[in-house]
Amino acid sequence: MSHAHASHGHGHAVEAPTTYAMVAEFDTPERLLDAADAARRAGFKKMDAYSPFPIHGLSDAIGFRDVKVPWLVFMGGLFGSAFGYGLQYYVHVFDYPMNVGGKPLNSLPSMIPITYECTILCAGLTAFFSMIALNRLPQPYHPIFNTPRFERATQDRFFLAIEANDPQYDSDRVRAFLAEQGALNVSEVEP
Amino acid sequence: MAKEQTLNNVLITGNYSYETVEESIGRLILKPQVHKRGWWIFFLIGLAGTGLLGLSITWLLYQGVGVWGNNVPVGWAFDIVNFVWWIGIGHAGTLISAILLLFKQQWRNSINRFAEAMTIFAVMCAGLYPLLHTGRPWVALFWLFPYPNIMGMWPQFRSALEWDVFAVSTYFTISLVFWFMGLIPDFASMRDRAKNKFAKIAFALPALGWRGSNQHWHRYEQANLLLAGLSTPLVLSVHTIVSYDFAISIVPGWNVTVFPPYFVAGAVFAGFAMVLNFLIPARAYYGLKDLVTMRHIDWMCKIMLATGLIVFYGYILEVFYGFYSGNVYEAALVDKWRFNGPYAWSYWSLIFCNGIAPQVLWSPKMRQNLTVVWIVSFIIGIGMWLERFVIIPVSLTNNYLPASNKMYYPTMWDFGMFVGTIGFFFMLMMLFLRFLPAINIFEMKDLLHRITNGESKVEPDFNAPSTPAVAERQEALR
Repeated sequence: MSHAHASHGHGHAVEAPTTYAMVAEFDTPERLLDAADAARRAGFKKMDAYSPFPIHGLSDAIGFRDVKVPWLVFMGGLFGSAFGYGLQYYVHVFDYPMNVGGKPLNSLPSMIPITYECTILCAGLTAFFSMIALNRLPQPYHPIFNTPRFERATQDRFFLAIEANDPQYDSDRVRAFLAEQGALNVSEVEP
Repeated sequence: MAKEQTLNNVLITGNYSYETVEESIGRLILKPQVHKRGWWIFFLIGLAGTGLLGLSITWLLYQGVGVWGNNVPVGWAFDIVNFVWWIGIGHAGTLISAILLLFKQQWRNSINRFAEAMTIFAVMCAGLYPLLHTGRPWVALFWLFPYPNIMGMWPQFRSALEWDVFAVSTYFTISLVFWFMGLIPDFASMRDRAKNKFAKIAFALPALGWRGSNQHWHRYEQANLLLAGLSTPLVLSVHTIVSYDFAISIVPGWNVTVFPPYFVAGAVFAGFAMVLNFLIPARAYYGLKDLVTMRHIDWMCKIMLATGLIVFYGYILEVFYGFYSGNVYEAALVDKWRFNGPYAWSYWSLIFCNGIAPQVLWSPKMRQNLTVVWIVSFIIGIGMWLERFVIIPVSLTNNYLPASNKMYYPTMWDFGMFVGTIGFFFMLMMLFLRFLPAINIFEMKDLLHRITNGESKVEPDFNAPSTPAVAERQEALR
C-alpha cells in the first residue's frame, strides 16, 4: 500500500512541468518594450517582464490591465468615512450624549475633521495592503529567481519571461522568437 | 563649502549609468568605510541626546509635569511649542513626496527619500510631547483613543485636541506606509547587490520577495499615485487641525482665521530649512553632489522664499487684526506683549529670523553660496521655533483678568527634553544614512532613463564633468 502510494507520488512528480518559463535578457528598456509588444502580437498570453524601474507603456505592450487597486482604495475610503462618522454619531448621539452649550448632539461640522482623517487613513492603508496582497507579497521563493544573472533585474537589465503554461509555448520556437528580438541571452528556467 | 558648480538645468550631473547611480547610493550601506569619523561623531552626539531624552522623560514621569515651567495661565508651553515645531518640520517631506509627485516635478526624485525619513522621525519626536504633557500617558489613553474601556467613557470628538490625535496618528501611519512602500524595490536592489550573506538576508526580509515584475510595478504605481493623492490633502489638513487647537479658542492672539494657511506655509518653510541643513553637509560628505545638484538647492531655496513670504504676510495680518478688531485684549496683546514688554526680544527675533533673513534668498548669487544657504536655513529653523513660542506661551501669559497674568520661565527639564528630541532625531537620521538607501534608487534610474530619452523637462548634459571622486569610482567600475 505504502509502496503504491509512493510510486503514485513519484509518478505525479514526473508529470509536473520541468520548465517555468523561457526568459530573455535585454540591455535597454526600449528593447524590452519592443520584445514585449512583438510577443503580444505573436499571440503569447502568459508572460511578464522584469525591470529595475517602472517602464511607461510596458503594461500596454504586454497586454496587462488591472484596476483593482484604485477600486479597493475607493471602497477603503468609503468605509473609512462611514466608520469615522458612524463612530462619532454612535458615541455622541446614543452611547454618551452630552449637551454642550445647547448645541445639537449630531453637530456635523465638528465631526468633519475626524471623518476626514479616517477616510484618508483607511484609503491609504488599503492602497498599501492591496498592492502587497494583489502582488502576492511577501513571497520569498519564485521560480524566476532561478534565471541566470537575475540579480541584475533590480539593477540594470530588463527581462522578459514567456511562461511554459502559455497555450502556444513551444520551447524551441519561443527560444528562437526571443533571440530574434535582440536578447542578450535566452535561458530556460526551472520551476 | 563655497560656490562649487555653475548652475545649469541638470538633475544628474556627469556621465551616469544605471549601475553607477546604484553604486553611488548603495555604497553608503554596503561599504561601511564610506562613513568615516564624522558619522560616528554625529551618531554619538545623537546617542547622547537620546540619553538625555530618556533621562528627562524618566524624571518627568517620576515627578510629574511640575518639573516643567508650565504654570496656571501658561498651561501650554515648551511641550506644545516643540510639538508644533516638530510636526511642521515633517511637512516638507510629504510636500516633496506627494505634492511634487502630483505636479510631476522630477527634481523631487533625489531628495524625497531623505525628506520622508525626516518626516517620520520628526513626527515621532512631535508625538512624544502631547502624550507626555498629559502627565500620565498610560492613564490618558482612554480619552485620546476611542476604545470600549471599562469606565464606559468616550473621547470628546468635538474637541480640536481630539481632532489632533486623529490627524497626527493618521499622518504618521500614512507617511510610514508611503515611505516603506517606496523602500521595497530599493531593498530588493540592495538584496541583489549585497555580497555579504548577512546583508543579503537583512535586505531580503523587508524586500518581501519583490522581483520587479511588470505586474508589481503596475500595482505599485497605482498605489503610489493614490497615496500621493491622499497625502496631499492630508498634509494640508494636519497643520490646519494643529492650528485649530489655537484658532477655535478665545485666547487673544490665538483666535485668528489666518492661522490654518499660515501654519501650513510655516510648516513647509521650516521643513525645507531642516532638509537643507541636513542635505548640504550630507551631499558633500558622501559625494552625492552629482545626484543632489545646485539646481535642487536653488529650487528648495525658492520654495523657502515663497513660503517665508506667506508666513511674513501672516505676521502682518496678526498685527493688523490685533488693532483693527477693536478688541482691547487683542490690541493689548500686540502692543504690550509682542511689540513691547518682557517677551519683545522673542517677537523681534522672530521678525528678523523669518521675515528679514530669508530675503537674502532673492539673490541668485546667494542661493548658490552654500554657506549662506545653510546659515539662512538654520536661522529659519530658530525663527519657526520662536514663532510658536510667541504664539503659545506669550499669548497665554496675558489673561483676560490682569490679576492672573503670569510670566513663564522654562526649567532645565524643558530644555532637556527639547535638546533630547533633537538628539534623538540626529541619531535616527544617522542610522538612516547608514542602513537605508538615502536616495530613491529606482526613481533615480527612471529619471536617468527619461533624461537620456529626452522625455524629461530638463536637457541632458552628459558633457558636464563629474566631481573627481565620482569620476574615479566610475572609472573603477568600467
